[in-house]
This record gives sequence, structure tokens and C-alpha cells, in this order.
Amino acid sequence: MSDKALFSAKNLQLLLGPLSKNNPVLVQILGICSALAVTAKLQPAIVMALSVTAVTAFSNVILSLLRNTIPNRIRIIVQLVVVAALVIIVDQVLKAFVYDISKQLSVFVGLIITNCIIMGRIEAFALANKPWPSLLDGIGNGLGYGLVLVTVAFFRELLGSGTLFGFNILNYDCVKAFGYQNNGLMILAPMALILIGLVIWFHRSRNKDLIEGK
Amino acid sequence: MNFLRNYLDKQKPKFEKGGKFEKLHSVFTGFESFLFVPNRTTSSGCNIRDAVDLKRTMIIVVIALIPALLFGMYNVGYQHFKAIGALADTGFFELFFYGLWKVLPMIIVSYVVGLGIEFAAAQIRGHEINEGFLVSGLLIPMVMPVNAPLWMIAVSTAFAVIIGKEIFGGTGMNIWNPALLARAFFFFSYPSMISGDKVWIAGMPDGFSQATPLAEAALGTPLNYDMCSMFWGFIPGSVGETSTFCILIGALILIATGIGSWKIMLSTFVGGFLMAFLLQNVLPETNPYVVSGMTPLMHLVAGGFAFGAVFMATDPVTSAQTERGKWIYGFLIGVMAILIRMLNPGYPEGMMLAILLLNTFAPLIDWFVVQGNIKRRLKRAKAA
Repeated sequence: MSDKALFSAKNLQLLLGPLSKNNPVLVQILGICSALAVTAKLQPAIVMALSVTAVTAFSNVILSLLRNTIPNRIRIIVQLVVVAALVIIVDQVLKAFVYDISKQLSVFVGLIITNCIIMGRIEAFALANKPWPSLLDGIGNGLGYGLVLVTVAFFRELLGSGTLFGFNILNYDCVKAFGYQNNGLMILAPMALILIGLVIWFHRSRNKDLIEGK
Repeated sequence: MNFLRNYLDKQKPKFEKGGKFEKLHSVFTGFESFLFVPNRTTSSGCNIRDAVDLKRTMIIVVIALIPALLFGMYNVGYQHFKAIGALADTGFFELFFYGLWKVLPMIIVSYVVGLGIEFAAAQIRGHEINEGFLVSGLLIPMVMPVNAPLWMIAVSTAFAVIIGKEIFGGTGMNIWNPALLARAFFFFSYPSMISGDKVWIAGMPDGFSQATPLAEAALGTPLNYDMCSMFWGFIPGSVGETSTFCILIGALILIATGIGSWKIMLSTFVGGFLMAFLLQNVLPETNPYVVSGMTPLMHLVAGGFAFGAVFMATDPVTSAQTERGKWIYGFLIGVMAILIRMLNPGYPEGMMLAILLLNTFAPLIDWFVVQGNIKRRLKRAKAA
């Protein structure tokens, strides 16, 4: 019976697992490209995280509902159609309500469709599971991705621009009097890669079982 | 020296297994082998044995760096007093000690931060302390502008040692030259502190501007300096790089002791000269470098070209290992450095990026050389 409960231990694991032990970015190394592109500031990173979460969640549910009717040979095309439709909806919503951020994210909203996490979850999970676990799995993976994005964006914005959410944190004369300067490298994409590397390092040192054998 | 040896022998048991300071074992052996050549040798596998160990190698590089360093200190004072117009009534030692006072803190910061991280990493991993940082720690202040804030040097050093070296497994495992990585981090993180005009001369107020010859040339202004002053080094620039003469003394020491590869040095200079000569004649008249009247030979003595060719490109860890690979590697460094310099005015100094780029490709060059060798010999074996 416990399997039927909405938040059984197994279902909860679907939601919480991707946040740490099974994180799509840190452990499966998926979705790196957008993590490099949209993490220079916190605000776009959070919007991006929410958009991806919405797309993974809904695409997982829809394809889970359709899973028994899709012919196996054309499943990728069907998946793409569903994901593309969802991405267009997200794009339109962003343009309607948060136009400025939508402009900042520019092409990367459209590129959610190519985010490996989404196709990965559909293929690996939604096509073999019922809608409710698929929804949890989608939300969990979206949030796991978002968690990394926000962490990286936090350090990049704080150290690179001296702000958080656009609010001034370090750009005061009394800080500059000590000779402090914002780190220009943080704004550039290579530093996002290095920061993700450092986060992975930290994560694995906390979870020793993830370290691959030599 | 005997009392030192006796003292160390007396302290040794404390640091061995079960001793009081067991955890600090690697620190102890680090210091011991710094002072005395260890009597242990590698016992397993096939090894080439030499009387000179890694520490002694490093010390020779440090010695080779000293002429350029001392001149750099003198030049810091020289440029300062020249800029305030008091050169005539300032003595030699006053100039030198002014520079010493400016440069010494940079050296101390770089060594304290870098060695601190190396010691900590060695303790955590239970490795022995490696001596690779002896040279890097001296190179870092020598490639920085003299007015670089000390905390920025500390951050750059920490980045270079952790990300550039410890992550890859410490001394001997790094892909890029740590000192250049520190400078690259500095360059991209705090561009105004290194590409700006005001930083090259110590102790001047903010409004004062004095560009390096390269920065001038990149803007297309006619050069303020002639070939001689650039060769002897009386020009503004990073601490250790200005005097090509002192760098050549260092090069002689490195070549004579067989530590630096003369093939890399020579091919770097040849590559740089040929590329500068080519571009000089191919580029349109409006290119700032052509306008500024910089001759191909001047390119070799300006900026960090000579310093990079002698001390950075020859780093035995990050350079190509095969003999033919060394020629290719050096030649491409020279070509790339001048290419970046003359075609991209955003980066007046191309040497740093050129060496880092070729560091990345050195293993690939080696691989092709080795494969070519195998193929040639196979062919010969089959023909016979």
C-alpha cells in the first residue's frame, strides 16, 4: 500500500534525490551549457531555474500520460514536439510578465529545448513510470539543476559585480578604500566552469560514495 | 653545517611514526631535504639516477633568476625617481633600496601564500612537500606590475596553486605554468591594474601616466624608447621582465647547467622574429605597431618576450618533452605571441597567452612526434 501514498518514501526520494546525491548537474554532468551562460547574475539564474523546472515537470507528466500510445520508433519526435510547445509557452509567459529578464536570457530560453536534463528525464524516467512519480521526478531534477545555478550565480554576482539581485553589497567607498576591486574574471564564462568544478569537488568530498574508483 | 645535521638527526624521531609530531612528518622531510641532499633513492622501477635532485634543480633556476630580479628592483627605483624628476641627485643604492622595499613584500606574499597552500595540501594528502613552488613563488612577483596590490597577488597565487596545480596532483602534474596562470588570473580579474598606464611605476599618484613600450606601440604612438634602453631594461614594465641583458645571463646559466632547453629558447626567438618580420611587411600601414616604428628585433626585447622565452616556456613540466617537439613548441610560442600582440590591440602582451596556449598543446605535439617516430621506424623495419 505504501507505494500508493502520494508522498511515500520512494516518491519522496524521486523529489529529493536529484537535489544532492543524484543531481543532474553535479553527478550526471548534464545541462552545463546553460549553467555557464545565465549565471553571471542571480535574477536570470533563478528565472532560468524556474523555467527549466516547469518544462521538466510538465513534459514528464505529459509524456508519462502518452507513454503507452507513442510508437517506439518516433518517440524522440513526439518528445521534441511536447518539449518545444512547453518551451514556447514558457518563453511567452516570460515575455509577458518579466520582459527585462526575458531579454537578458534572450536565446537561452529557447535553448531549454536542447537541455539534456529534459530529454534525459523523459527517456530515463517518464516513459516507464506513472504520471505522479514522473511529476515529482521532473520537479526534483529541475530544482536540483536550479540549486546549482543559484549557487554558482550567487558567487559570480557577489564577487564579480559586488551585488546580489542587483542590490549593492560591496560597491561602497569604504570597501574600496581598502583597495578592494570586483573580480572581472567572475563575469566571464570560464569562471562559471571553474566554479561548477569547485562545487562538484565540495559535493564529492561530502559524499564519498560518489567518488569513482581509480 | 655539522651542528645543523646533528640537530636534525636529534629531532627526527619526533616526526617519525609514533613520534610527538607524527602529523608534521612531511613538513620535516621538506625542510630536511631542503638543507641536505636526502640519502634515500627511488627503489622500485626503472629510474634514471642523477646526483642533482629536484630541489637542487630548482635552486639553479632561482639563481638564474637573480640577475633579472636585482635589476628589476633597481629599475623600480630608477623609474620612480625618473618620473618625479629627481634621478640626477639620487644615488645608486637609494634607487636600489627603494625598489627592494617595493618588491620584497610581493615576493614574501607570493611565497607565504603559495607555500602555505602547498604545505597544507601535502599534509592533507599525506604527500611529501614538493619543491616546485620555490621557482614559481619567485616568478610570480617578477611578472606582476610593481603597483599590484598585495592582496591581489595573494588571490592570484592561491588560484594558480589550487586550481592550476594541486587539483592536477601537485608538482610535476600541472598542465600550465603556475606563475603564468597567476598572471593570467590577475590579468582577467583586475584588468585595470595590469593593462592600465598608471601601474607600472611605483609610488606615483593616480593621475600620473606612463605606459610601457608595448602599451604605447599598441596605441600607435611613436616609441619613446630606443633599442638600447629596451635591451638593458631601463623601461617601465613588470618587475623582472624589463632587462633582456639580465635575462640572457639567466639563460646562459640555465643552458650551461642543462636545466633550460636551448632548443626551446632559440626556436621561440626565431619564431617571434620571423612572425614579426612577416607581419611588419604584410600588415597595412595603419596597424599601430607599424605606425609606432617597432622593428622585429625590438619585439624580442620589449615586454615579457625574452623573460617568457627563457624562464616560462622552458619549464620542464609544461613544455614539450620530445626533442623535435621542443622546436615546434618554441617556434609556435614565438609565432603566437607576436600574432596576439600585433593583431589584437586589446592584449598588448601576447607572451603570456601564447605560452599558456602552447602549454595546453604540448602533450599533443609530443604525441605526434612520438607517433611519427614509430611510423618511420616501422617503415624501416618492414623495408629491411
